[in-house]
Amino acid sequence: MPHQDKHNPSGTSPDGFFRRVVDLYAGGFREMTVGRRLWAIILIKLAVMFLVFKLFFFPDRLREEYDNDADRARAVRSELMNPR
Amino acid sequence: MNDLLSTVDWSRGQFALTAIVHWLFVPLTIGLSLIVAIMESVWLRTRSEKWKRLTKFWMLMFGINFACGVATGIILEFEFGTNWSNYSWFVGDIFGAPLAIEGIAAFFLESTFIAVMFFGWKRVSPRFHLAATWLTAVGVCLSAYWILVANAWMQSPVGMEFDPAQMRNVMVSFADVALSPVAVNKFFHAVFSGWVLGAAFVIGVSCWFLRRRNNREFARKSMTVAALVGLAGIVLTMWTGDGSAVQVARVQPMKLAAMEGLYDGEIGQSLVGFGILDPSKERTDSKNPMLMEISIPKGLSILANHDPNTFVPGINDLIEGKSLTPDGKVVNTVSYAERIEAGKRAQEALRRYDAAARANDSAAMAAANEDLKADFRYFGYGYLDNPDEAVPPVALTFYSFRVMVMGGGYLLLFFIAVLFLVYRKPEHIGNKWMIFFGLLTIPVVWLVSESGWIVAEMGRQPWVIEGLLPTRAAVSAIPASSVQLTFWMFAVVFFGLLAAEISIMCREISKASRKDILAGE
Repeated sequence: MPHQDKHNPSGTSPDGFFRRVVDLYAGGFREMTVGRRLWAIILIKLAVMFLVFKLFFFPDRLREEYDNDADRARAVRSELMNPR
Repeated sequence: MNDLLSTVDWSRGQFALTAIVHWLFVPLTIGLSLIVAIMESVWLRTRSEKWKRLTKFWMLMFGINFACGVATGIILEFEFGTNWSNYSWFVGDIFGAPLAIEGIAAFFLESTFIAVMFFGWKRVSPRFHLAATWLTAVGVCLSAYWILVANAWMQSPVGMEFDPAQMRNVMVSFADVALSPVAVNKFFHAVFSGWVLGAAFVIGVSCWFLRRRNNREFARKSMTVAALVGLAGIVLTMWTGDGSAVQVARVQPMKLAAMEGLYDGEIGQSLVGFGILDPSKERTDSKNPMLMEISIPKGLSILANHDPNTFVPGINDLIEGKSLTPDGKVVNTVSYAERIEAGKRAQEALRRYDAAARANDSAAMAAANEDLKADFRYFGYGYLDNPDEAVPPVALTFYSFRVMVMGGGYLLLFFIAVLFLVYRKPEHIGNKWMIFFGLLTIPVVWLVSESGWIVAEMGRQPWVIEGLLPTRAAVSAIPASSVQLTFWMFAVVFFGLLAAEISIMCREISKASRKDILAGE
């Protein structure tokens, strides 16, 4: 849950829209408590999914085995015409 | 053949597992986002610090659930490309467009305004913060809409033409796809059911607080908002459920027949309120499909057609191609034998197209394409050897439907009871029966929610795209062992993460239950 911003205790907003957006995210992340653990889980989950699952176990079969859409279409046509 | 069946079964099992895990989080996100927005609106109106603290607690629950659910849907897209390559190619841009819109528009909307929700209490004005909370709730629904558009297309494929050159369905009408009556009804049914689940969660957690005999005012305020949202949600879910039945009767009558365990239909067909199927029943025997049943006379005709004197076809009627007018005249519909013939003609036309394409014979390609178009709506039936293969798993569909509907009836009574207590007998909200049912309803509502998806997806079998592509033709030509490996990897990793995520939520609930939340401890 967010706490009072100790870097801006009076609560006055910094000038400029983009500076305020940066302050929102930077200050918010800095002040996280429960959020830190949740972000750790999110990052672990994303790392497992993209760096392990996707990279090694979930290739896009048609993209990897065929170079162009015509070949992919031919492969799918062959499989759908000759059901196992 | 055995390896194909194993590949199909393991691929189906993996998709089912990942989808069920994903759906643990989505409806709670939908429901809690609305409840939190309402609570914050009350705070802005009353400027009561108690409502602000209430809002922040449930916002924390929303945040934990949202974080837990992040990326559980991405694995489903990985599976499309690996396990279901024929399917993912065949659907073409029908799936691509809705998922792209979902990813770009809805996700960024949610992510931006969720940051304001959590980080912006002291950095933006109260009105802007409230707007961000409501926009988060809108963004959550927008995400749901596009996914449900894609799923609705699987149930009732519309707005496309099949291009044999690309072997893909090409979208010809975005409006037909995005605004199909099946999609619109499914969306509202899913969103309202999310309200129900979110409300049951809030009431259940509030009951946990009451069990510890503290935070009574917190519990009463929370339960009041949740019960109002829950009651509105369950009534609207039932209304859209009625709409779903009309759509299913129109576009997936075999699914409706399986949902009811109905083999031979009647004019003024009754609805099974509660029943036990005879497991020994075969489609072609004359046994009563039910060992016992409590029926509502003419209920299914009313549900399916909004007319008590209409015919609802059973499994056998659909296979034989038979319907009845309200005055009892037999009308022929397309029998499943005819559909299989048409499907085989379509597939033969595709083979001729392929041969003509290899020979560079444009005229023959055009002729084959015309023949393919004429029978394309039954393309998937060409994979079947006999009509029995087109029947969904009746028992699973029947009982899942009953769990969903009976659970819905229980939830209606539950929310009415909670509202009665909070308004008329607030001194009794800590009653042991209230606490018991409040806690019991948490797993019940999730079971009901997941059952709805089992009805939708298993009732559609054998099709992955209704009438166009059976599930067994949609899988990739990969060994079953590779799917088994990823199945168990996913099960271990994600159930481990799920345990960690649930423990965080339980820890925060437990921590809060030891303080006086409304006093700001």
